[in-house]
Amino acid sequence: MDWFANGGPREGREASRPCAGETARRDVPTCAATDRRGDVARRVRDAGWPLAVVLDGERVVLGLLDALDGDPAAAVEDVMRAAPTTIRPHVTLEKAAQSLKTRRHDRVLVTTSDGRLIGLLWRADAERRLAQSTAPAQTASR
Amino acid sequence: MVAISTRAVMGMGAREIGREDVRRLLAGGAQLVEVLPTEEYEREHIAGAVGIPLARLAHEVDRLPRDRAIVVYCYDSQ
Repeated sequence: MDWFANGGPREGREASRPCAGETARRDVPTCAATDRRGDVARRVRDAGWPLAVVLDGERVVLGLLDALDGDPAAAVEDVMRAAPTTIRPHVTLEKAAQSLKTRRHDRVLVTTSDGRLIGLLWRADAERRLAQSTAPAQTASR
Repeated sequence: MVAISTRAVMGMGAREIGREDVRRLLAGGAQLVEVLPTEEYEREHIAGAVGIPLARLAHEVDRLPRDRAIVVYCYDSQ
């Protein structure tokens, strides 16, 4: 039933390890495949993002729109990157960051196992969070 | 995670269900049982589940409540 892949609550020794789902940015802009690029680009830039995730009516990921420049009248579905790489929310940040580094990618979409968007994980966010979680605890001075 | 691997042990009445069914059953007070080895259970399991390895399930089934639904699972399918 892919409980963990859908962000279900976990317990156990490794359940407290930071994972992709909790670090992914949920406020990533989204749009529909039938939207016009110009409209989406304006909204995305206003929000301070370089891209939008293209979703269907059930929030299933169809693609990624990161080519914001170009014919503003173009339909998103004609200019988006189809079927972008995704990972599941229970993947540890350590594994996600390593994978992004190996592939030289700076981001990856986090989705449920049935493709519904959870958020976008930036490699920089993952590495920052890992650095914080592995930093030695400060001890009280004597 | 599915219930099918434990059908032979649990006998009649077991059926495979999905995660939305599980959420609904848990909201109604169902007991979750993970039947993986103890090490796997200790590493990670669904919140609220008890761990009873499959090999011991037949002997420990009396530990389980009889007045509410019991959801048995093993490996996650993803």
